[in-house]
Amino acid sequence: MIEIFNLTKSYGDHVVLNGITETIADGEKVAIVGPSGGGKSTLLRCLNCMETPTSGEVLFDGKLLSSLDPYLHDDLICLSKTYEKLLKHISAEKPSVSDEDKKASALAKIKEEKLLKKYEGTAFKKAMKQLEKEISLDLNLARRDIGMVFQHFNLFNNLTVMQNLTLAPTQLKLKTKEEAEKKAEELLRRIGLYDKKDAYPSTLSGGQKQRIAIIRALAMDPKVMLFDEPTSALDPEMVGEVLDLIKKLADEGMTMVIVTHEMGFAREVATRMLFVADGNIRESAPPDEFFDNPKNERLKDFLSKVIKN
Amino acid sequence: MALKWEFFYRKFITYKGYESVLSGLGVTVEIAVFGLLIGIVIGTLIAVVKMLPGTGIAKKILSAICNIYIGFFRGTPIVVQLLIGYYVLLPALGITIDKIIVAITVFGMNSGAYVSEIMRSGIQAVDPGQLEAARALGLGYSRSMMKVIIPQAVKNILPTLGNEFISLIKETSVVSFIAIVDLTKAFQQIGDSNYDYIIPYLMLAAVYLVLVCIIAQLVKLLERRLKKVDRNI
Repeated sequence: MIEIFNLTKSYGDHVVLNGITETIADGEKVAIVGPSGGGKSTLLRCLNCMETPTSGEVLFDGKLLSSLDPYLHDDLICLSKTYEKLLKHISAEKPSVSDEDKKASALAKIKEEKLLKKYEGTAFKKAMKQLEKEISLDLNLARRDIGMVFQHFNLFNNLTVMQNLTLAPTQLKLKTKEEAEKKAEELLRRIGLYDKKDAYPSTLSGGQKQRIAIIRALAMDPKVMLFDEPTSALDPEMVGEVLDLIKKLADEGMTMVIVTHEMGFAREVATRMLFVADGNIRESAPPDEFFDNPKNERLKDFLSKVIKN
Repeated sequence: MALKWEFFYRKFITYKGYESVLSGLGVTVEIAVFGLLIGIVIGTLIAVVKMLPGTGIAKKILSAICNIYIGFFRGTPIVVQLLIGYYVLLPALGITIDKIIVAITVFGMNSGAYVSEIMRSGIQAVDPGQLEAARALGLGYSRSMMKVIIPQAVKNILPTLGNEFISLIKETSVVSFIAIVDLTKAFQQIGDSNYDYIIPYLMLAAVYLVLVCIIAQLVKLLERRLKKVDRNI
């Protein structure tokens, strides 16, 4: 299960993601669609922290992957010097208001205006470190369980297909060389590319590369798979073979998040559709409702353009 | 002229001058080869340190050390580095090691400063997607670099490394400053015997030229071999 809370990502002044909160439950197949530059890929890449969020948190199975965002933890804010001062200030201004309301309004003001400073006293610092230690999960450990497939395949050019498939499992000591090779052979047979096991990536077609990239991720036995426009860089005739493989995985119950432009495929495979535009999730619905009865104006406009073509 | 040839012949063949030339050639190649190997190791380390992600204080300190290192070795002549190594550092540290090892170390450290820049450009030329893919599988930064990025970077920079080796071979001709008998010194000694340097020095140039041509050919061959792996023919 992946949860994100109030996730923002900006490059300088350019805001790509603007406060997204979402949960990907186990077994879900979520397809993310939307206009180019709307933040779909960035959102996906934040799920395994390939992109470091500017603020907000990413949690995988309840464990923190990103850095801690103090604005999401009220009890942390309550330890800060800013909160103390603000509370005094409010008490002086409106002595008649109840303590509960005073606290609530101080918290709200700090969160809204992002008032926390770099240094907020030792108690705050200590508590933050403690909390971070308690709930954080090592990113490299988490990524073993989150497979990722890229638009441009990114097979390791210096290694053969077999070495591509066994590098991570053997290097990370998850499997012995023999086990890893056995698993790799099994996977290669499954996609009908066993005869390519000693080939280098440069000799393969785009569709073959992408299917091998998918099984490279599968060789780690991931719990979740992330697909970043897996067919966008392929020749039209090769799109089918890659989509078929993803479909098979979906049917086997793999949890997956797919950023795609293939609407027909998304509708068929997804259990839930997300429409991302202008840095936010504009609509989240089951595919039938999403396509047949869209509510968001921006989505209606998008669908009319995409479906026509 | 015939007389000059006769002197040279007598010194070179009859009095076994070729023996010292051959051992000098060995010394030259030895210093250059091991120097380059050390240079590649140091250069790769510096390149990786300088390209570390993040902006922590540790990285800043390491970067500063690397910059000082590069500044010193690129900013002073190799002869000066040799002299400092042999006549200043060794006595100061109170250790006695073989002159040739001193030369190898100095040339290796010097070469490291140059290789670091070559390696950095080689690493930068590798598709960033390669590192992303490795990291996404849960491999750590250093392991991803070792197993995926640096092998590809080395392939990118092989021709440039070949050139570095060639210039190392040529630069080693100054090791006689610390009394090592290399190729240059061996021919010089032949000339010293009757104060006639014309033929020995022309021969010396010819030997260097042949040596460099052979290395250039070897590099080309290696490059082609690696390209074949790329195309899997």
